[in-house]
Parts: sequence; structure tokens; C-alpha cells
Amino acid sequence: MTTKLLHAVVSGVLGGGVYALMAVGLTLIFGVLDIINIAQGIMVILGAYLSYALSVHLHIGLFVGLLITVPAMFIIGVAVQWLFIRPLSGRDRTSMSLLACYAVAIIIEGVLYWAFGPNYVILTASYITSSVHVFGFYLPYIYLYGFAMAVALVVALYGMLYRTKFGRAVRATMQDRTAALLVGINVNRVAALTFGIGVAVTAVGGMVYGATSSGFNPNSGYDLISRLLAIIILGGLGSIGGALAASVLMLTLESIVDIWSPTWAVAVFYAALVLVLTIRPAGLFGRQAVRAQ
Amino acid sequence: MRTLNTTLGRAGGVAIVLAVCVVFPLVFTNQQAATIGIDTLIFVAAAVAWNIFSGYSGYISLGHAVFFGSGAYAAGIAARDWHVTGGAEFALLPLGAAVAAVIAVPFGLIALRVRRHTFVVITIAVFFIFQLMALNFSFTNGTTGLNAPFLLWSPVTFDDRFFYVALVIAAGSVALSWLIRGSKFGLQLRAIRDDEDRARGLGVRALRVKLTAFVISGAITGLIGALWFFFIAEVLPQTGFDPIFDLTVALMAFLGGLGTVAGPVIGALILEPAQQYLTQRVTNDYLSQILLGGVFLLVILLLPRGLIPTASEKIRSRGARRRDAAGLAPPGHTPAGEPPAGPPARHAAGQSPKGRSR
Repeated sequence: MTTKLLHAVVSGVLGGGVYALMAVGLTLIFGVLDIINIAQGIMVILGAYLSYALSVHLHIGLFVGLLITVPAMFIIGVAVQWLFIRPLSGRDRTSMSLLACYAVAIIIEGVLYWAFGPNYVILTASYITSSVHVFGFYLPYIYLYGFAMAVALVVALYGMLYRTKFGRAVRATMQDRTAALLVGINVNRVAALTFGIGVAVTAVGGMVYGATSSGFNPNSGYDLISRLLAIIILGGLGSIGGALAASVLMLTLESIVDIWSPTWAVAVFYAALVLVLTIRPAGLFGRQAVRAQ
Repeated sequence: MRTLNTTLGRAGGVAIVLAVCVVFPLVFTNQQAATIGIDTLIFVAAAVAWNIFSGYSGYISLGHAVFFGSGAYAAGIAARDWHVTGGAEFALLPLGAAVAAVIAVPFGLIALRVRRHTFVVITIAVFFIFQLMALNFSFTNGTTGLNAPFLLWSPVTFDDRFFYVALVIAAGSVALSWLIRGSKFGLQLRAIRDDEDRARGLGVRALRVKLTAFVISGAITGLIGALWFFFIAEVLPQTGFDPIFDLTVALMAFLGGLGTVAGPVIGALILEPAQQYLTQRVTNDYLSQILLGGVFLLVILLLPRGLIPTASEKIRSRGARRRDAAGLAPPGHTPAGEPPAGPPARHAAGQSPKGRSR
């Protein structure tokens, strides 16, 4: 029992690292652009399929393939922002942008179905099937690699946000768009790049997700986005630290419940979300301002 | 005089649309046309119901499939357990509405505490909880879903009954939507849409008003879900609780004009037949999905306010220009620059309770 619990906690923390990466992208986009990218889930799946296509058809390793998929997803993100999000304006911008992202998600899903069909696929590599033996249980290497990479990327994102000039511009835009504009920050450029970065991390998230899940198909995006949304709302919209904490918390909780009932483990996410929001509408780490908007 | 003409014109338009609907099954007797007709009416009612809450209050719900699926499942479970069949099936429709209304209360109490993005996200989260429940509970039959009892009606009258029931529900929802829009309740809803804090300050009981609209909207959607179930004769977790449904009703309302009475009707009348036609013609399901997304993006980018507000604005400004040209406001009498600015401003002010102020 204790071993099982320990195992659940470890795999929860490792999985949480990967979700943290995707959730940080989402919450960053929200903070800067004041929109929620509903398409983030399907973009993760798109990233996974890109890795899949590269490894199956061109025999490019999963980690090497990231050198191609990350820039590709970045370009897709910038394009989506430039074409569909930037032109929106006026009072209904919030709901419009949500619907625009939803429409983009529907299109990507349709294209993926068309290209790859509805069958579940998995990413395969030697380090996915082989595992390392620590403290009495086996951990596939991919979990460790994925977690390490996720942590490195989250640290890099943090460094970019708090140590570079561009990061300062991003944070300024998050705090007050108009003031940022007044001090000479090119807000449109910041918005496009942030959207690109937020989407680019889904290439990494998608690769690890595709390698660690039991299989994915174009429909998996819905499950993923609902979890990611639960995570960023729980952590407080726009709070990067909150997204990190909530991912690890939720994934650990899920894998603990999974010991008793695998079918209901997913429901933990939403149950926790509903519970937290009835007590604290701004989320665990959110600013109260989220509600007043 | 103008308003009388407009009212008469509108009443005439409604009468014509209703008349066309009533004779539709008599003219088009083949099954494909009947299916398209019934589906369209179902979506007219669903889009109007969605608009009663989301259009008037400005809270965009992407979880209305919760009500649709709950209505369908409630009717299905009741028909299975109580062995209801034949014409008595239609007596179960109110049950679908009631179940959806009961679900809407706690759903609304949780979701309506937050605004904007968070609200949308919570509706999505609740939607997924319901899909998960339909998949995992034993009384919903898991992935196999439920089947409606087989109806021993002749194929000739089969579609007609569904068509007229759907027509009654659709017409009823439109009438309700129109009544709500003109009522004090509707005004309160629109005040919340424009500025919730100010509306509260002026004495609008925001939560109560929002919740009432949510429950009404959910009940109609549940009713429609039950009807849809008996028509399709089957419900699965992924068809009853379908994320595309949420998007489709929202798109219909947006295309026609969010927060107008006729907008969702026109949006549904345009989109649903087009989509059905596509699915019957184009065998590639994915292509129609891609097209739906593409149309949605185009609508958002090109017609962000919908067909009705854009069109009525065009007509008004043209009418104003014509009156200017006819000499109602001769340029000589007023300082230069006044005449073009005057009439549109007056009309904009007169239109503000109906058209969307930006």
C-alpha cells in the first residue's frame, strides 16, 4: 500500500512537471493577451502528431525532432495570433477570442483526423519502454527525461520573464497594457511573441504526453484542454507560480485516486475545481481582481 | 408611422416564415428533406435558448450540451424504465426540460459566481464532468448509450409528427425570447451585460436574474434534447454531450446577431441546412468539421456583430441618407457638417434599446 502510494506520488509529480509546462504557456498567454487559448489542448496533440510523423516517416528521434517541431509550433502560434486574435477589438473581444480559438481548435482537429485517422497511436523509442530501478519501483526513462526537460524549460521561461528585457516588456504588458504602450513597448509584438512561445512549449509537452500516455488520437485534445483549464483556474488565471503548483497538486491527486478507481480519477480534477471555486472564486493563487473584471 | 410599418413588416415576416414551416412537410415528402427540416427546427430552438441566456446576459456558455444531453438521457432512462412507447413518448419531453432545469440550478450557482473567462471555462469543465458521468455510470449504459423504443408508425407520418412538435417548440422558444427581451427581466439581463456592477448598484439582483435566465435557457435545451433523442432513437455519451453542439449554437447566434430575437433563428436557418446538406453530400466528416471552423472564423472576423445588427444598420443609414437627399434636412439651413452627422446620431439614439451599443 505504502509502495503504491509512494509510486502514485512520484508519477504524479513527474506528470505534473509536464502539465506545468503546458499550463504555463496557457497562463502566460492569458496574462499578456487577456484571452484563453482553448486550442492549447489540440495544439499539444498537434505537437505529438508532428513528433510522431517525424519519427515514423523520417526516422528522426523524438528529442532531435523537437528542434523542428518547436519552431514549427512557434510559427503556428504567431500566425494564429496575427490572423485571428489581433484583429479582434471592441467590447466583445473576450468572448470573440475564446470562440476564435475554439474554431481554430476545431479546424486543427479536423485536419488531424483527415491526416492521421481516428486510430490511437503512441510514440515509441527505446527510452520509453526501458525503465530505471529506483527505491523498489520501476520508472520509465521517458518520465525522467520529460520531467527534466519540463523543469529546464519552466526555469528558462522564468529566466526569460525576470532576467531579460523582453521578459520585462511581457510583465509590463501583463500588468497594464496601456501603460506599457505609453512607455514605448511594442505591445502587438509582445503579444504575438508571447502567443508563439505559449504555443511552442506545446511541442515539447505534446512529445512527452504522446510518449507517456497510453495512446492519443485527435479527440484527446478535449480531455487535455479541460485538465489544463482546470489547472490554470485553480492556480489563479495569469499566475505562473500558481500554474506550477496546481499542476503538480492535481496530477498527484489524480494518480492517488487512480489507485482505487481509475475511471473516476479524471473527475478529481473537476471536483477539486468546483470545490475551490465555491470557496475562492479567484483560484488558489489568483489576484482578487480576476473576479472584479 | 415608421414604427407601425416596421411592426407590420415584422409580423408579416414572422407569419410568412411560420406558413412556410407549416407547409414544408406537405411539399417536401422525402425523408432527407424531413430530416433536415426537423434538425433545423431543433437547432433553431437550441440557438434561441442559448441566446436567451448568453446573448442577453453576455455570459458566453460553452456548456449548454450539459442540458441537451441531460434532457436526452432523462427521456431515454424514463422510456426504458417505465416502458413508454408510441405517442406517449412526447409526454416525456417535459421531463427532459425539468431535469435540465434542476441541473441548471447548482450549475448556475457555481458558475455564475465568476465572470468572463472563468465562467466560460467552468461551463466547459462542468460539461466534461457530465460527459464523464454518462460514460461511467451504469444507469446511462456507459459507452453503448441508450436506444429509444422502436416506434411502430408508418414512415409517412413518422417524420411529420416530429416536425410539428419541433415546430411548436421552436416557435414557443422564439415567442418566449421575444417576450423576455421586451420585459423588465430582459432589461435587467441586458443591464448586466452592459455593466454588471452598475446594474447591481441600481438594484438589479444580478445573481437571481442570471440564474433565472440560465434555468429557462437550460430547460428549453433539455426539452430539445429529449425530442432529439426520440427522433434519432439513440444517445451516446459523445453525441448527447457533444462539444461541437456548444460551438454550433454559439456560432448560430453570433452569425445572426448575438442578443437579438431573430438573430439565432436566422443563424440556425442558414447554418443547419447547410451543414446537413454538406454531411449528406460530402461523405468526409472531417471536411465539414474544418468548414464549420472556417465559417466561424470568417463570421468572427468579417461580421463580428452578426447579420441582423449589421444589416439593420445599413438599412437605417441608407434611409437616413435618402431623407437627407429628399430635402428633409436641407444643407443650407444648418451649418456645414451638421446634416450628415445629425440624422444618424438621432437614429443611433433611437435604436439603442434594440441594437447593440458598443
